[in-house]
Amino acid sequence: MIQRLANPARFNRLAGRTMPWLAWGAALCIGAALWLALAVSPADYQQGEAVRIMYVHVPAAWMALVAYAFVALASAGGLVWKHPLAHVAAQAAAPVGAAFTFLCLVTGSLWGKPMWGTWWVWDARLTSVLVLFFLYLGFIALTAAFDEPQRGERAAAILALVGVVNVPVIKFSVDWWNTLHQPASVMKMSGPAIHPSMLWPLLLMALGFTLYFGAVVLVRMKALLLARRARAMAMAQVHRAAPAAAEPGSAHG
Amino acid sequence: MIAALGLILRRELRLALRQAGESATVVLFFILAALLFPLGVGPSPATLARIAPGVLWATALLAAMLSFERLFQPDFEDGSLEQLALSPAPLEGLVLAKALAHWLTAAAPLIVAAPVLGVMLNLPAEGFVPLIAGMALGTPAISLIGAVGAALTLGARRGGVLLALLVIPLVIPVLIFGAAAVEAAIGGFPVRAHLTALGGISLGALVLGPWAAGAALRQALAE
Amino acid sequence: MARFGGDGLECARGERLVFAGLGFDVGPGDALLLEGRNGSGKTSLLRLMAGLARPAAGRIAWDGADIGDDAEGHRARTRYIGHLDAVKPQLSVIENLSFWAALHGGGAAGAQAGLTAFGLDTLARAPARYLSAGQRRRLALARLAAAPAALWLMDEPTIALDRASIAALIAAIAAHRATGGMAVIATNVDIGLDGARLLSLEDFAVADGP
Repeated sequence: MIQRLANPARFNRLAGRTMPWLAWGAALCIGAALWLALAVSPADYQQGEAVRIMYVHVPAAWMALVAYAFVALASAGGLVWKHPLAHVAAQAAAPVGAAFTFLCLVTGSLWGKPMWGTWWVWDARLTSVLVLFFLYLGFIALTAAFDEPQRGERAAAILALVGVVNVPVIKFSVDWWNTLHQPASVMKMSGPAIHPSMLWPLLLMALGFTLYFGAVVLVRMKALLLARRARAMAMAQVHRAAPAAAEPGSAHG
Repeated sequence: MIAALGLILRRELRLALRQAGESATVVLFFILAALLFPLGVGPSPATLARIAPGVLWATALLAAMLSFERLFQPDFEDGSLEQLALSPAPLEGLVLAKALAHWLTAAAPLIVAAPVLGVMLNLPAEGFVPLIAGMALGTPAISLIGAVGAALTLGARRGGVLLALLVIPLVIPVLIFGAAAVEAAIGGFPVRAHLTALGGISLGALVLGPWAAGAALRQALAE
Repeated sequence: MARFGGDGLECARGERLVFAGLGFDVGPGDALLLEGRNGSGKTSLLRLMAGLARPAAGRIAWDGADIGDDAEGHRARTRYIGHLDAVKPQLSVIENLSFWAALHGGGAAGAQAGLTAFGLDTLARAPARYLSAGQRRRLALARLAAAPAALWLMDEPTIALDRASIAALIAAIAAHRATGGMAVIATNVDIGLDGARLLSLEDFAVADGP
């Protein structure tokens, strides 16, 4: 009757079946993309070899946003439709999204050193990604801040929805701020026509990251559901220990 | 319902008056934090004038962080919040009344203190009007977003620090437009667009804040 | 005649089901006593009845209409006395009570009636900071008499009360029931109400098992 809150059996079956496909797909895509990015694609005539960081940096930035959208959608699903697995999905995805955001920041910084001669510039894009990173951290911290896990996941879900409204405002304000304070150097992505030899590894990497995201979220959801069951069992033990509940045959299922 | 909100507002103001020390603490923190900057970067008037708009806005936001915890936490702990939730006023209305009281007792004193600090930080004369106008327009958003954070962290472990962690990223736009308005005025540029943006953010917070905080309060009380 | 009832109620705290399949029915003039060991869900049930929380399953209805569908109406007819007294130490006794009386439409006369019903007249101007635990409890209970409401929900109302105050509470409940009011009281102490019915939450406890 504890499983009333979620039907992990069906979810576990489904997750068990799809997870290997996602994981292998991710490994293949990322491997192929890395090979294309590092060996096949040409060096940039301006940026030289350093341009290859882009093949990790840009898909990571995409994933940072995709994962946030996923967290927000799952949160809405949990709050509005009360789907039992929705909060678990949001909780599972948030640290993965935060990791992609962090990857994006680190690769951006690594890219910045050869390009701009400094590890960090207050470029509008980097700055708004930094703020996004803190939004992720807030979500994760709020989830973990309550003795009652249900309260944490619901509070975090509300925060995720507030964040969705706020993210465009933050993005807009940071862009505005950036144009006001004209940075030392403005990064320009290569024009509208990106060469196919650069586009392919980029898209492949993005696909690989997405599959990886799916695989890790599924694994994390399974782990969270197990942790939840462990907690319920520990709690049941406490209540069995109470004198009045010590009836025989209380252990079933 | 309006009558109920008026009652709640009056009670909040009376309570704030009885413990005026708390409002004073927030303002004192604002002043002290702002005065750290001359000590840190040196007393050169030109440097101070350059950083004054940003320092004033950033420290005002930090000071406001200290004041959010008392929005709902005392009422939550002594049972008043559940009684208020069972009163004729809806929770969204309660949030509005609370945020308004917070604005009057915490934000307004900051607005009054800001020009004084502006003098001490050598803020150029053109900056004062947009500083005050920007704070008047932007602080309602601060109060409302803070109310959301305060409601979300009710009953949380380490609630105070967590609250700041949640709220600071959300109020970054207010800081940007607020400081930009002052800088624009000093540089001789029009400030209208910045102030409009601040007002817009406050209006948005007025729509979204009570809803989100109300939902969060409902969750907090359902446990 | 109004009826307040629930059926098929299920309450979950965290991942644990506290009770399931619980039903109750209260009519005008009725008093219902909730009994059960610690953790059996008395407080949870009262909070469900007040509308502070939603049941995991089942429904609670007033005159057949789900209380969730008319939250405002239900709030207006309900007075809830929880574990916490909701007394502000910075305010005086009368300031504390006047606020709740006004909020529920009882006005100054209601506040005065509340003071009198629980013997707080002489303390009216005293700062609530100086009240003893029992006096604070009486101030919380005085809200019941400060504005009329059809449904009284009380969680261990007699905690910290002396004998005279318990008598005042019983008198207040009797007066409330005499005018067709309902009372639901969670208590492990026999407070001796005439014709009160008993609901033992143990009967609906859910066996814990993984």
